[in-house]
Amino acid sequence: MIRQTVTIQGHIIDSLILAKVLDAIVMLGGTFTLSEVTVGTRREDTSHATILIETPTMELLQEILKTIQPHGAVVEAEEDCTVEPAPADGILPEDFYATSHLSTQIRWQGSWIDVPQPEMDVAIILKTAPLSAQMVSMGSVKKGDLVVTGRKGVRVFPLERPKERDVFGFMEAQVSSERPHHHIIADVAKRMKTIQQRRKEGKGSSKVLFAGGPAIIHAGGREALTWIIEAGYIHVLFCGNALAAHDMEASLYGTSLGYNLGIGRSVPHGHEHHLRTINRVRALGSLQQAIESGLIKEGIMAACIRQGVQMVLAGTIRDDGPLPDVITDSIKAQEAMRAAIPGVELALLVASTLHAVATGNLLPASAPTVCVDINPAVPTKLSDRGSFQAVGLVMDSSSFLWQLARELGWEG
Amino acid sequence: MSHLLMCPPDYFGIEYEINPWMRVSNQSNGDRSRTQWKTLTQVLENEVGAKLEFMEPVPGLPDLVFTANAGIIHEGKAVPSQFRHPERQGEERHFIDWFTRKGYEVVNLDPEIDFEGAGDLLGFPDFWIGGYRQRSDIRAYVQLSEIFQKEIIPVELVDQRFYHLDTCFCPLSGGELLYFPPCFDSYAQTVLASRIERGNRFAVPAQEGERFACNAVCIDRHVVLPTGCPETMTWLHKRSYTTHPVELDEFLKAGGSAKCLTLALD
Repeated sequence: MIRQTVTIQGHIIDSLILAKVLDAIVMLGGTFTLSEVTVGTRREDTSHATILIETPTMELLQEILKTIQPHGAVVEAEEDCTVEPAPADGILPEDFYATSHLSTQIRWQGSWIDVPQPEMDVAIILKTAPLSAQMVSMGSVKKGDLVVTGRKGVRVFPLERPKERDVFGFMEAQVSSERPHHHIIADVAKRMKTIQQRRKEGKGSSKVLFAGGPAIIHAGGREALTWIIEAGYIHVLFCGNALAAHDMEASLYGTSLGYNLGIGRSVPHGHEHHLRTINRVRALGSLQQAIESGLIKEGIMAACIRQGVQMVLAGTIRDDGPLPDVITDSIKAQEAMRAAIPGVELALLVASTLHAVATGNLLPASAPTVCVDINPAVPTKLSDRGSFQAVGLVMDSSSFLWQLARELGWEG
Repeated sequence: MSHLLMCPPDYFGIEYEINPWMRVSNQSNGDRSRTQWKTLTQVLENEVGAKLEFMEPVPGLPDLVFTANAGIIHEGKAVPSQFRHPERQGEERHFIDWFTRKGYEVVNLDPEIDFEGAGDLLGFPDFWIGGYRQRSDIRAYVQLSEIFQKEIIPVELVDQRFYHLDTCFCPLSGGELLYFPPCFDSYAQTVLASRIERGNRFAVPAQEGERFACNAVCIDRHVVLPTGCPETMTWLHKRSYTTHPVELDEFLKAGGSAKCLTLALD
């Protein structure tokens, strides 16, 4: 896809000049995004519009430009980006360009280069042999890397409205506990089915990511989530020590943080169960071993291991144990999560503030995202931190998972 | 609007072809053109009450007679034209000299922008209309709008025979409009229809449009227009305008008529 930004200025609204230019772009076979429109407030004030034109070929772009230039459209002056070498490992040049999670290109020697895997709040480095660009986190930049600085020669593309006409098409992170949930869950299920179907047919490797907290187990969502994983709908799992520990505690003791999940009350010495669970898994050396040895017979972790779900367990300072698979260096955990992001075409962030925000930071804006939490502050926080594409769903995680599993065909 | 700039047609002739009306083989008659121009000045001065100023004709600049293309003047500021065709670019310095001598504040547009003055920029009190595509560049109106603090609606001219806005568009002092719709693209027609209500718009018939009925000078309730435009005159009479038809066929050979031969100075 060829892209070109043009600007147009003047009394362009009432004169229908803007309408004429946009009509011309479409009639000739291009598409456009009005990336900025400033309308004059007084009658004598002029208005200004920035139009991003997209065409399948350079020839068509030239034809469109030739047609619209007499109507005042001006091709935006383009400059190469500037780069500076990183002064030391892990240190960016002072004026480094801080990224958004939108699709981004940099211009070098007259050509626009895609920066793959957009991620917010990182930097861009330019590689010259072969010519390419890469997003890098502050910590992983190496001395001498050519880091993009300033703003010129960098362009960011607004999010395209998805073709599917579902809840993600509105691209709004409106959070409310008073919105009906059912249609959102139905749309999530529909996307999951589509992704699973495509994988089954060998058409691509798009993935569904699930990031969750232990409240899923405490609140009774374990059974439903286990079924969803066993049915092959989830391909990447991000969680911490707790979700895994309580899931396996439930398998070994029937409790979650000492509460019997069947009878719904605490049992004597129940608070020790997760510690004993962690200890036994540590003794076996890995989750894989815990499942394969038959110690853990069912549940979320067992389903993930059996289904080959890619798992990243990230540790925190409050962890007991932790379990052997938990990555306790948080920068390494972040890197492992980042490595699992490519291909994610649906992200479910359920009942975890920490993992929802951490995952949101890594996801490109183009990844449809749902944040489910009983606390409205969590989806709001996610949105405030830039993941504006996330659809917020204020509800109990267990109810969400039960409804979702049933939409997907669970009869439990 | 009662103060006009004109230029005697001493050196007027068809010496080049820069619009479809001009044919070097269809030369104007010097005596007839001088007589027609003189009649126009007399009508303007004696019947309409306009005050006329004259600039010196210059040999080798046959179109200097069309002073509407000198530039645009408003509230003491003059923005001189920057002609598209090299044939007329020699006129620019003479117009600038005249504006400067007369004490106007001369404000220039960016040099790469074509703009052909009051030939392409005509106004109602509340908003102005700027013709573009044929001779003037639409970008001129962004700068002019800033210079004069006026809303300027650009309209695309689509017929090469009507290469300036004033050949097909004439705002009248009472807010009415004479115009020849086929000269405008559909967007411009829509805009004009939305700005000027139907009863106040007169679409001149083709035969009269092609005689440059719209290239008329309106001063108060007087309209000076080329001869041969009876329907336009009838409509104007119904609107209580006094019409003054003047034979200007020698100038039509160059693609101009009454309006092209004058520049409003206030």
